Amino acid sequence: MGATRVFVPSDTTARSVGADAVAVAIQSAAEKNGSEIDLIRNGSRGLYWLEPLVEVEVDGRRLAYGPVGAGDIASLFDANFLAGGDHPRALGATEEIPWLAGQTRLTFARVGIVDPRSLDDYIAHGGYEGLGEAVKLQRAEIVEIVTESGLRGRGGAAFPTGIKWNTVLGAEGEQKYVTCNADEGDSGTFADRMIMESDPFLLIEGMTIAGLAVGATQGYIYLRAEYPLAIEIMNEAIASAHAAGYLGEDVAGSGQTFELEVRVAAGAYICGEETSMLESLEGKRGMIRYRPPLPAIKGLFGAPTIVNNVISLATVPIILAKGAGFYRDFGTGRSRGTLTVQLAGNVRQGGLVEVAFGRTLRELLEDFGGGTATGRPIRAVQAGGPLGAYVHPSKFDAPLDYEAFAEFGAMLGHGGLVVFDDTVDMAEQARFAMEFCAIESCGKCTPCRIGAVRGVEVIDRIRSDVDRGANIELLKELCETMVDGSLCALGGMAPYPVMSVLEYYPEDLGAD
Amino acid sequence: MLPILHAIQAKLGYVPYAAVEPVAKVLNLSRAEVHGVISFYHLFRTEPAGDRTLYVCRAEACQSMGARELEAHAKERLGIDFHETTADGRISLEPIYCLGNCACSPAVMIDTEVHGRVDAARLDELLAES
Repeated sequence: MGATRVFVPSDTTARSVGADAVAVAIQSAAEKNGSEIDLIRNGSRGLYWLEPLVEVEVDGRRLAYGPVGAGDIASLFDANFLAGGDHPRALGATEEIPWLAGQTRLTFARVGIVDPRSLDDYIAHGGYEGLGEAVKLQRAEIVEIVTESGLRGRGGAAFPTGIKWNTVLGAEGEQKYVTCNADEGDSGTFADRMIMESDPFLLIEGMTIAGLAVGATQGYIYLRAEYPLAIEIMNEAIASAHAAGYLGEDVAGSGQTFELEVRVAAGAYICGEETSMLESLEGKRGMIRYRPPLPAIKGLFGAPTIVNNVISLATVPIILAKGAGFYRDFGTGRSRGTLTVQLAGNVRQGGLVEVAFGRTLRELLEDFGGGTATGRPIRAVQAGGPLGAYVHPSKFDAPLDYEAFAEFGAMLGHGGLVVFDDTVDMAEQARFAMEFCAIESCGKCTPCRIGAVRGVEVIDRIRSDVDRGANIELLKELCETMVDGSLCALGGMAPYPVMSVLEYYPEDLGAD
Repeated sequence: MLPILHAIQAKLGYVPYAAVEPVAKVLNLSRAEVHGVISFYHLFRTEPAGDRTLYVCRAEACQSMGARELEAHAKERLGIDFHETTADGRISLEPIYCLGNCACSPAVMIDTEVHGRVDAARLDELLAES
């Protein structure tokens, strides 16, 4: 019998709760016991409430134990966990854990399963099948497949990815670029980080296909500095892909060049806005640009540029591999395929839930989330990041669907859900939305730069009961001005959480 | 310009004023433009940092799990405010808006190491270790 394969996740969250110490303890216990093991540092399966989640492969099946602390290792060896022995931490076969079995993992098919630092492992699990299809196609055919799939961007606008690509394909220009917005700055989101840390070749493959589709020879991943591990793993993966001929000249025998580079951001939230990101990539202050021209026509260094999110690009390979219809058949209405929901904040079972569009918010929060971590009732859920509305429990039967959320002034966006229990002070949350906007405003337009500062002041006056009625009216008018008058989504959407507090939690602002 | 500034900061721990002119020269830009870039981005420092930097997440997911209390505790325990360094030069304290560790909130980062589910007692342990 060969060495038993043992998997200990190495993504940021698993490590943040002690996975490295667990790996060290398993290795040294195995040496002491004379057990032959092959310790693999996989990515995380995204069952974050069970991290560190250790898996052992027994008879070709992976069995899970979690959450495992370094202090559990001795008793795990005593229970003979290397042969699947029973233990209080035993969770059975990983794939059969209901939380995971109830998901539809398309984009995240390999995440947590493979060793993210191994190109061979990626290929052994179906990696580069999408690119293999793409090299057989004409450019317009690739774009057509992406359009047909119904894939939409995961930003606030939910813009169809294929239409964007088609604009870049049709734009005049000797040099074109593919840029990936990996400045995942929104609280409650970690799906991009998971892809980059747990399945980095997937993003590389998606960007390579984008490059082939529009004739771009250079790609950039604009990656936030707050993700040091993702930066390290992405750079390593790019080097491996390059060495194997999946990047560089004549990519995978296509005859086309595609080079890829990571550019590290520097902690400005506004650089998640696409034009600001392009300015930053050009080495400037991240000030947003007027639109038009669209980045698809005049983007990076004035050239036609694709700007896509990590999840959009990482979903392209499976669409090419399995066909547009395969992806489009999941979902509801105009929201096709899957959404990678991120359950975050005060939630008992937090983590990554990839499901087809159409499931209700309540299913996510209760069935997957299991309610709050504190055991208290849920009072509010902020959806779509710091610029998204606070969703009141009366809306929890809404389906996960871009249009359905927009109907009550909320944004589904990237699917980040931050849960708050009933101890939350919604006036304080409203104030934070304005405070954050004031800190992060690029300063180009007045409604955002000045409005956010005034917003904090007005909310402070309301909270200290100074001329409350008049100040509430003033706050509403200020929100309207910012929404209508700001140049980009920062000033234009920061009022959304504030307006949701005004509408659904007026009692926290002292209204009668 | 960002890769150059990152390289300077990685080497020196901050981007000193003396770096502005040579960077401007090599990129054929004005000093004002270089200064403008340095001052725009939160993560570029213009003063030396302490031996270690503690970043405390202030964003919503962490707020929902007690980040405001954790922030207050960190400031009180270190006796400094955000953007300051302890008198002995050991620790700098910085706010950060999201480490992507939102399912295990609240989160802090010490230099480049992220820690999840950090309460006041755990933060004291981490500070004692660093």
